[in-house]
Amino acid sequence: MVIIGFAIFATARAAEILLSERRSGYELMSRDSKAMQDDDTSNPASLSVLDGESMWSAKTGSAGKSCADCHGDAEASMRGVAARYPAFSAARGRPIDIEQRINLCRTEKQNATPLAFESRELLAITAYLGKQSRGQPVAVAADEKTKPFIETGRQIYARRQGQLNLSCQNCHDDNAGQKLAGVELPQGHPTGYPLYRLEWQSIGSLQRRLRNCMIGMRAEPYAYGSDENVDLELFLMWRARGMTVETPAVRP
Amino acid sequence: MTARALINVPKKAKRGDVIEIKTLISHVMETGFRTGTNGNMIPRDIITSFACTYNGEMIFETQLFPAIAANPFVTFYTVATESGTLAFRWIGDNGFEVTQEAKIAVE
Repeated sequence: MVIIGFAIFATARAAEILLSERRSGYELMSRDSKAMQDDDTSNPASLSVLDGESMWSAKTGSAGKSCADCHGDAEASMRGVAARYPAFSAARGRPIDIEQRINLCRTEKQNATPLAFESRELLAITAYLGKQSRGQPVAVAADEKTKPFIETGRQIYARRQGQLNLSCQNCHDDNAGQKLAGVELPQGHPTGYPLYRLEWQSIGSLQRRLRNCMIGMRAEPYAYGSDENVDLELFLMWRARGMTVETPAVRP
Repeated sequence: MTARALINVPKKAKRGDVIEIKTLISHVMETGFRTGTNGNMIPRDIITSFACTYNGEMIFETQLFPAIAANPFVTFYTVATESGTLAFRWIGDNGFEVTQEAKIAVE
């Protein structure tokens, strides 16, 4: 098995997928899983979206402000916002993802404690924001400010690491569409996060998915909220530019 | 946060139509067979039963067990006989109880 695996990767071409040949992981799913995502009343991620909706208008923190007090109706003000994240933050001098943006609002505007990564609350509000971009094209900025970070993300994506000595690219560019343990390898476009993963039996963030992959590669996963994870998120979103946001998606 | 339930019942139906009812509820469905980070067993916390009544008459009832996944999704069919209310009730461990209602108009 090891020799076969090595042979596949050794002969693999290290080319990027053509823009016109990119496919969402949705297309690899079974009919049942697709139906689950397509109907909001059967998509378990909708439960998180509902939680997020009530958080949006709930006052929190010592400033006594809700998200809605500043941003108004999320369906109007937040349309297309999640599709542009990770985005450059002048305050941080680097790109931040939507979870970090929410926590920035909490600490600076609401005087509230930041929410922990993968907490039920942070996933709920992220899912609610993501839902407002459903159907919109992924549109992260690729300008002078963000380009160096996209490049860093690309390097992380291409770097072999871990005991299996794999890079993200080995699976998701070179061998996408082939089988790994009976499962078809997706191209790895993060168009539906946060999403409900049946294996997790819960909703989870893109960073959780990235850490999952790293553990599978037997590499040390990057910490939640680390620069490496955000750069990787930014690169992956740039790689999926123009694809349709599916948030909140369902995946096996 | 409290448990969320999503119910999908057609608002209108013709008398005699077979209608599909879909229900989804947020629940961890902790099996009671797993250990936590400290090696202690995580106590069982599941929904144990779900029932639906149509104008007071029981039309669907089921028991749930630890092997059922988190956020149970239950879907079933019934015949639209008359306008009225469908009432749903989930009961579980640790005093878990959620009730919800949905209206249906039958012509």
